[in-house]
Amino acid sequence: MTTMTTMPEMSATDLLATDFERQSGVARASLTTLRRGAFDRFRQLGYPTTRNEQWKYTSVKPITETAFRLADAPGTPPHQRQLAEYVFSDDEHRLVFVGGRFEPTLSAGAALPRGVHLDSLADAPAGNAATIQSHLARHADYDDAAFVALNTAFLHDGAFIRIERGVVVEKPIHLMFITRPGHAPGVVHPRVLIIVEDDASATVIETYAGPDGSKYFTNAVAEVVVGERSSIDHYRIGREGDGAFHVGRINLHQLRSSNVTLHVATLGGALVRNEINAMIDAEGCNCDLYGVYAASGTQHVDNHLRVDHLKPHCNSRELFKGILDGHATGVFRGRIFVAQGAHKTDAKQTSRSLLLSDTARARSAPQLEIFADDVKCTHGATIGQLDEDAMFYMQARGISRDQARDMLIFAFANEALAEIRHQPIRTKLEALLWARLPHGSLNRGPS
Amino acid sequence: MAPLLQITNLHAGIDGVEILRGINLTVNAGEVHSIMGPNGSGKSTLARVLAGQKSYQVTQGSILYNGRDLLEMEPDERAGEGVFLAFQYPLEIPGVSTKYFIKAALNAIRKRRGLEELDAFEFLTFVKERAKLVDLDLTLLDRNVNEGFSGGEKKRAEIFQMAVLEPRLAILDETDSGLDIDALKTVAEGVNMLRGPERATLIVTHYQRLLNYIVPDFVHVLMGGRIVKSGGKELALTLEEKGYAWTENKADATVNVATVND
Repeated sequence: MTTMTTMPEMSATDLLATDFERQSGVARASLTTLRRGAFDRFRQLGYPTTRNEQWKYTSVKPITETAFRLADAPGTPPHQRQLAEYVFSDDEHRLVFVGGRFEPTLSAGAALPRGVHLDSLADAPAGNAATIQSHLARHADYDDAAFVALNTAFLHDGAFIRIERGVVVEKPIHLMFITRPGHAPGVVHPRVLIIVEDDASATVIETYAGPDGSKYFTNAVAEVVVGERSSIDHYRIGREGDGAFHVGRINLHQLRSSNVTLHVATLGGALVRNEINAMIDAEGCNCDLYGVYAASGTQHVDNHLRVDHLKPHCNSRELFKGILDGHATGVFRGRIFVAQGAHKTDAKQTSRSLLLSDTARARSAPQLEIFADDVKCTHGATIGQLDEDAMFYMQARGISRDQARDMLIFAFANEALAEIRHQPIRTKLEALLWARLPHGSLNRGPS
Repeated sequence: MAPLLQITNLHAGIDGVEILRGINLTVNAGEVHSIMGPNGSGKSTLARVLAGQKSYQVTQGSILYNGRDLLEMEPDERAGEGVFLAFQYPLEIPGVSTKYFIKAALNAIRKRRGLEELDAFEFLTFVKERAKLVDLDLTLLDRNVNEGFSGGEKKRAEIFQMAVLEPRLAILDETDSGLDIDALKTVAEGVNMLRGPERATLIVTHYQRLLNYIVPDFVHVLMGGRIVKSGGKELALTLEEKGYAWTENKADATVNVATVND
């Protein structure tokens, strides 16, 4: 046994039930029915195995074989300056969670403009109860998703954002979920609910981070509702520690003529699964999903996308770029569903993987299901290595092999990074990506 | 003074097929040499071996550059020492702008020469001046390296890079192919402007026409992997008139013309 538990004679399921009951004592009473229903469903579903088509290329055994305990009250909260590493700019609104719990002393930043609600889910003001009630767990369906069921069963704290009708939030809202080193493998189930009302817009960053050398599990679910003619620029930044497991779901629900741009960057974690479900159930929507991931060692990164086009005249674009070194594995699965009558749908899916070693692996599985006429759906997947001819060309101009390699890797990732609108995020992500590459410090790409 | 380039009994090939079968060539600083020959004679192989392309293996012979063993040097080291190959098929590099690429190259080479990196202003001024030399459309600088360039733009961009990097030994591999007469003249002007007592140029070409604008000091005919005839600039004219068949009796009759991408 490599794991430490306080009650080693109990099975993982028993522990789970114990933790569930324990937390039921502290969670909001209004959530009881939802939580219990989700827990029952989770017990029926059990953890997915690779026999499940949706989990064919990603085994969660390392997660199920560990007796994770629900993190207790957060240990010593990190000092403000320890957060600096995760901050993109000082000029942001910030909500910080440590070990799954809201940490008000660290949650500062710029003053909130009128019409912007930014609260911890556990103690959101009563005025928002109805909004929460009508959206929470309404978009992230757990009926067929064990990890979403588990998150919902343990629903307690998380972030709540509401942008009132007509409000344009200039500064980014940054949600930080930080795990601290603990004695036993801990699990957190962060929950995020974002409501952008009609004619509004916002930039939201979710950061998930934790220490290296520590075994922990983050099981996050975010529900995002984008109102009519509204837009959201959304970033999910994965900076989990090298021993971490991360399963993260994002459910996007778009209303008429809304715009979503989502960037998912995975820069850490031992086993990471990003699930992005976009539900486009109104006309005139645009949904851009970008992903970039750099993995090495024995990291496993799985991006699992599903875009449902239910109404006509909507565009979606997916562009995912993975850089895989060492024995790392990258998985991309993208399903595009175009319902009957969703004509003039324009959906484009691209997945590209760059293998830097002979032992790195990439899998790509597109899936198009089209039931409408007059649609444009394309998908493309490439898995390749650095172009030796291009390397030679660059060397023949005096550029060293290492620098040529860096430039080519950067150029590869930049196709996705270039789409990042928020400059501080773009600059920082470029730097973080470099830091993860073998010759990371050599240059920083185009200046 | 030692010659700038001294090739002795060079044998080289690719995938176990020998293409160069004993090349001897001496190039002194200040000279322009032209290597001419039919398709498959080994012209481009020679150019690529000089630049250090790894897929070609040298099995025999030596190349001294400035008295140093060129074959011992990595391609970027060769470039740093002043060797430049204008590619027959310049590579496209998506995601890397021409400006950034040439800046990285110039600074790498300057560093090797013990010079300071140019600052942004100096770099831009210099690069624009050199672009003018070869009549290069400045908007190409902001586009990705060779991506979507026309054939002529690619060749012009090669000569532009050469003008920026100021090599001591410039090797032009079929730079004339695919160029119209105006582009040919501009490219030639660029090359001529860089001529000097310190520098040498090796022009690899199938046709004589580029040599109307860049007048060589020496012309060598390459056939079957060997130089079968050498002479002055008038040799190119004779070849143009009589064709390569004229020299064939001078080549090894048993030569099997390798079907390489030449």
